[in-house]
Amino acid sequence: MNKTEEIFSRNVPGTRDILLRKTVAIAGCGGLGSNAAAALVRAGIGKLIIADHDIVEVSNLNRQYFFMPDVGKKKTDALSAHLRAINPSVELEAHFIELTPGNVCELFKGADLLIEAFDKAESKAWLIESWCTHFPRKPIICASGLSGYGNTLTLTVRRSGNIVMCGDFETDMSMGLTSSRVAIAANMQANEAIEILMSR
Amino acid sequence: MIIVNNRDKLEWHEGMTVQDVLDAMRYHFSLITVTVNGELVLSEDYDEYEVPDNANVTAFHLAHGG
Repeated sequence: MNKTEEIFSRNVPGTRDILLRKTVAIAGCGGLGSNAAAALVRAGIGKLIIADHDIVEVSNLNRQYFFMPDVGKKKTDALSAHLRAINPSVELEAHFIELTPGNVCELFKGADLLIEAFDKAESKAWLIESWCTHFPRKPIICASGLSGYGNTLTLTVRRSGNIVMCGDFETDMSMGLTSSRVAIAANMQANEAIEILMSR
Repeated sequence: MIIVNNRDKLEWHEGMTVQDVLDAMRYHFSLITVTVNGELVLSEDYDEYEVPDNANVTAFHLAHGG
């Protein structure tokens, strides 16, 4: 068994073979996106398309999959390096760009599904509308309400058609953000993505 | 009768729009995503999109954070 496949030797049998052929797009590389990306790479995803226009800041380190040496770097660059440190063979397409309704579908058209990882609710809204309009048969996995701490049982998943949404649907980031709660929401998104990809 | 968020029942009437449903449910969130029978309804269409009888309507409140 080569080194790459040894990474996944403890994964659920059969998942690596399927996930290896799949592509997931992630809109945003912050708290949700960086953690979801890491989870998907560890699960054996073949390719990720990631996009963000931000630079890593010290205040990001409380919840985002970055480290002190990453401060000042493009999030797409820093995250790509961390993902390749998990699996050097993962295919990555990284875009340092501000996503807009005008470019998002072209950038992500090769994906089997999209993970929404924005922080502004207005951005979540237009992304859902753009994606569902252009790719009505491709799932979008969103997050809404992941702030505060504790209250684990309020984090849930709701589904309607090809829209999946994870979170408590209520808490606002003005409350403050805790690593564990953000990571739960991000990993719920990754878990939902895996379940969808395994079923198709 | 229509079902909202897989739990609430709402009396249907002819010509009922998505906005009528949101008003009846008192969903006044500034940012919300709505599906009818699993299909997204664009926010610009809430005043015109007519909800059929026996529909499943899902309203997701969008909160800041990510």
